[in-house]
Amino acid sequence: MIAEAGLVALWLGAALCALQLVLVVLALKTPFVLSEVEAREASAPPAARPSTSLRTNGEGNEAGETWRALSSAIRPVAVAQGLLTCLAFALLILLFVRVDLSVLLVAQNDHSEKPFLYRFAASWGNHEGSMLMWVSILSIAGAAVAVLERRLNERTLVATLGGQAAIGLGFYAFLLFASNPFARLTPPAMEGQGLNPLLQDPGLAFHPPTLYLGYVGLSVAFSFAIGALVTRDVGPAFARAMRPWVLGAWIFLTIGITAGSYWAYYELGWGGWWFWDPVENASLMPWLAATALLHSVTVLATRDGLRAWTVMLGVVAFSMSMVGTFLVRSGILTSVHAFAVDPRRGSFLLALLALYIGGALALFALRVGTVREGSRFDALSREGSLVLNNLLLTVILGIVLVGTLYPLILEGVTGEKLSVGPPYFNSAAGPLALILGVVMVAGPLMRWRREEVKPLLRRLAPAAALVLIALVVIKVTAPAIGILPLLGLGLSFGIMLGSIEPLIGRNLRRTPLFTWGMVIAHFGIGVALAGMACDSAFTAERLVAASVGDRVQVGPWQVTLKAVTPGFGPNWTSMDATLEAARGGAPVTLLPQARYYWAPPTETSESAILTAWNGQLYTVLGSQAEDGRWQLRLWWKPFVTLIWAGGGLVALGGALALIGRVLRERRSAKNREATA
Amino acid sequence: MSAAPSPARRPWLLWVPLIGFILLATIFIIGLRKPDDPTITSKMIGRPMPAFALPAATSGVDGLTSADLATGTPHLVNIFASWCVPCAGEAPQLEILAKNKVPIVGIAIRDRPDDVAGFLARYGNPYARIGSDTTSKVQIAIGSSGVPETFVVDGKGVIRMQKIGPIMPEDLPGVQAALEAAR
Repeated sequence: MIAEAGLVALWLGAALCALQLVLVVLALKTPFVLSEVEAREASAPPAARPSTSLRTNGEGNEAGETWRALSSAIRPVAVAQGLLTCLAFALLILLFVRVDLSVLLVAQNDHSEKPFLYRFAASWGNHEGSMLMWVSILSIAGAAVAVLERRLNERTLVATLGGQAAIGLGFYAFLLFASNPFARLTPPAMEGQGLNPLLQDPGLAFHPPTLYLGYVGLSVAFSFAIGALVTRDVGPAFARAMRPWVLGAWIFLTIGITAGSYWAYYELGWGGWWFWDPVENASLMPWLAATALLHSVTVLATRDGLRAWTVMLGVVAFSMSMVGTFLVRSGILTSVHAFAVDPRRGSFLLALLALYIGGALALFALRVGTVREGSRFDALSREGSLVLNNLLLTVILGIVLVGTLYPLILEGVTGEKLSVGPPYFNSAAGPLALILGVVMVAGPLMRWRREEVKPLLRRLAPAAALVLIALVVIKVTAPAIGILPLLGLGLSFGIMLGSIEPLIGRNLRRTPLFTWGMVIAHFGIGVALAGMACDSAFTAERLVAASVGDRVQVGPWQVTLKAVTPGFGPNWTSMDATLEAARGGAPVTLLPQARYYWAPPTETSESAILTAWNGQLYTVLGSQAEDGRWQLRLWWKPFVTLIWAGGGLVALGGALALIGRVLRERRSAKNREATA
Repeated sequence: MSAAPSPARRPWLLWVPLIGFILLATIFIIGLRKPDDPTITSKMIGRPMPAFALPAATSGVDGLTSADLATGTPHLVNIFASWCVPCAGEAPQLEILAKNKVPIVGIAIRDRPDDVAGFLARYGNPYARIGSDTTSKVQIAIGSSGVPETFVVDGKGVIRMQKIGPIMPEDLPGVQAALEAAR
């Protein structure tokens, strides 16, 4: 009965979602309050606009009563909806953990011999389950907004919850009508089909939930944008309310992308960390949009600028995560990770996309003209640098989008099949990313509103000098280095120095936590950039055919093939190499493995990676040649670990900024209460 | 400089994102409507078979070399394995083709001689030659990723068509047509 209970919970959740939408529409239609709010908004200067609730507004009149009744009903509905959907998801997990083979989805993706962790994770490692997870996070995010959000103008909050319900309704419909995870299988299967050993990896089990928290977290930003457009309430208060939600989603996206990159690096055995695969791009595009949004929302919150642009990015960021979902699930792009290749579901998702993105953009075009222009500022100012940051991020986003869709367009026009690879993305996005790095150094050193050239140059001088010295030193010590890695590596030093410069001359203990967050996140970008540049500039690669006893030099390492012995596992046989790697000191043993799975017959390489303080030695065992020698692929990758360390720092910086913002809000709310 | 382009003066600019999205959606619709073609075409199509020499997969049937495929007549090269269930499913269709005088050669993937013999005894032997590819080396070289798969190779040894998955009764006309075209 668990599956039926899950389905009932899901239907109830969907019904409450519909109810939520109806309540929102009725509340927003309550005429008296609407006109009074508008009158007050129009008369109040933007800075002094109160973000208090409207409870006092309709005091004593009938419309006010209706408004109060409706708006107070919406929160509990949102919470109940979130709980019911999570219950449905919990029941699905229970079915997977118990391996209930009378449920179709479980029979297709689970197996009684799977370890507990992977039975657990299998519940979202498939199309239906991951969509249920998507809807669960969506409804929980809506419930969290309903419970936690206290700063937003109450009418805008109601409209925001309406936006969240509208998105939710479409995805509930998709789940219930096109992807029911609780469908029964009669007769039940004898054994489940899901024992694909390649997918049994802790990285793969927890990578999707992290990314989903990011993707769906952006739905809140989208709903905020919709809410603000509906009530024409785009201002600093709105931006301050929206910012923590954007930050939260962005942190999860950052962690998800960083972890996914490292997983692909160690698991796939090809020695690279980013492949520009459509699915990777599907996660990168929302991240780029969210990064731009994060910066423009700051301009709106602090300086009341970039109003229309911020709303626009709020729409675009979640649109990108929906487009990504669509691309991965519709089967219109071929990718190594695409799953649920199904044009019928694709059409359903496309209809949802058209409804939400098209609707939001139309609303934007119609409404944003009535949003008053924000404050003005000079081109040379903190705002100006953030505008440039936004433009660059947007252009990079466009480059990635075009590169991802180009094969699809070309096939539609000429029928030719091709894939767009790293050369396009690196050469098109690389230089722009470097310019972005320069802007990143200069931006935090500028004043708001207006900056003079001379003092700015003085503040930029240390970082610029360091970059110049680094460029000369690198070019002299490594004359063969390519131009992009050279500039990247030189610039990374400037970014690292420039990012800590805002701390200089400050009382560090009194520096707000969110300033620390910005500093650490920017520093992390510098660290990651240094790792990327080092990896592409200094990686030493050897592909050799070695007999046992042979010694191979790669970078500073001497690698000796000591032995190759057969091994076996639960459903594979393998050849295990014993390598001894040394650079002067005592040798370290590495055990790369070549596995053969027999059902279905696949060969995989389990790479062995030795992490040193200054890089990684990456070893892969290939196949045996006719003459009995073994193929060995060896990479020495200096400082490659900085890529993920940098990603981790970026996420940490985001987390500190989020905590800092929330703490400050709480403190100022307390102060307000104390003075009131 | 003003932050965002002033919306009041340039209202058409506000519609650009929507127009951009409509273009995107149009691309998606074209992508969804294109005939569902799950074939992963090998990069080898239009190229000659790579040189290989495979020993006999079982006694009584000769092994296979790439030279056997450049004899002036088109061949079907069928990649199969005794442990592969869909291969058994396509056996009747291969029988029909063999009866129609189509030269069929096989490449047995990761198989043992006794198992191949058992497979042929059970499902018939449409093959003129069967090479044994115990390490999948030739399979990978010709761009095949699974079993069963079938290639149409013309008289000069150039790969003309690749069929992924079992040949079902409805696929027979297509295979015949490809053989005719390769003549």
